[in-house]
Amino acid sequence: MTVQTLAMHMSDGIVNAPTSLVFGAIAVAAIGLCAAKARDELDERTVPLAGLVAAFVFAVQMVNFPILPGVSGHLLGGALAAILVGPYTGALCIAIVLVVQSLLFADGGVTALGTNITNMAVIGVAAGYGTAVALYSIARRRSNEVPVSGLGVIAFVAALVGTICAAMGFVVEYAFGGAVVTSLGSVAGYMFGTHALIGIGEGLITAVTVMAVARSRPDLVYLLRSAREEVPA
Amino acid sequence: MKRTWSFWVAFAAATLLIAGVVSYFASSSPDGLDSATLRGCEVVETADGEELDGHCMAQHASEHTLSASPLADYAIGGRDGTGGIAGLIGVLVTVAVAGSAFWLIARSKR
Repeated sequence: MTVQTLAMHMSDGIVNAPTSLVFGAIAVAAIGLCAAKARDELDERTVPLAGLVAAFVFAVQMVNFPILPGVSGHLLGGALAAILVGPYTGALCIAIVLVVQSLLFADGGVTALGTNITNMAVIGVAAGYGTAVALYSIARRRSNEVPVSGLGVIAFVAALVGTICAAMGFVVEYAFGGAVVTSLGSVAGYMFGTHALIGIGEGLITAVTVMAVARSRPDLVYLLRSAREEVPA
Repeated sequence: MKRTWSFWVAFAAATLLIAGVVSYFASSSPDGLDSATLRGCEVVETADGEELDGHCMAQHASEHTLSASPLADYAIGGRDGTGGIAGLIGVLVTVAVAGSAFWLIARSKR
């Protein structure tokens, strides 16, 4: 048996066929919902940013950074994309990256696309963006103008939470239909520990990127725009 | 107007630089998920390539359906040192796919 190197996402066969099918259906339903809801987030001004954010996530995902001896991590990008272009468009960005990686670069199994999309595009975005919205509304209650550095802290925590939740998605799928060789508790503990470390890297990359965009074009940052629209003038 | 331009140029340049150049400095160690699937196994070098010794999830993983594709494993035809070019192709494909998908979604608004 040959070892697959350079794979960054789940391969085929890690979970059984019924599990792949169930999460494939969840992913298809989620993508459909996102495509419908993304209409409210996208206009001619934000389409170029959304396309560029997807490409940026693809690029940064290539750069694995070391977290432990012999173990690396890479950006997932859910919180990053959602803060910049909105949760529904952000989830589509990550899903498109995963499809391109699987079909063009043989990275992440084709039947594992459902689980990979569920974890990184759906769970990662939902948990990451949910955290960002909660923290941002708390910050705005304290002072109406949240400084860019404060936005950076929010982005960092949101990305960390999103990464850990995405990793827990894998644990759920393993519990459903994994090729059981290790106890569930051990898999969960290992995934939590490594992804807490990966989440720190994810948080730093997300914070730096969001702060850079917020400094030069705050009008393009979805999290800032959506909060402004909620406040009655 | 100049400020508007410079933002887009900087964002695109950063993306291309990361995919084309910074990607060469990426760690080649398995990521958190991969190392979780490899736990319990030892990677041993044999005449036929690498094999997994022991018991781990990765032994149940099958070879990628498209592992023979020309860009498999972020290389052009499997050649060493072509990761950056593969990355640039990936960036262009992603921007094209995402850009047209988002343009269609935005246009479908009534």
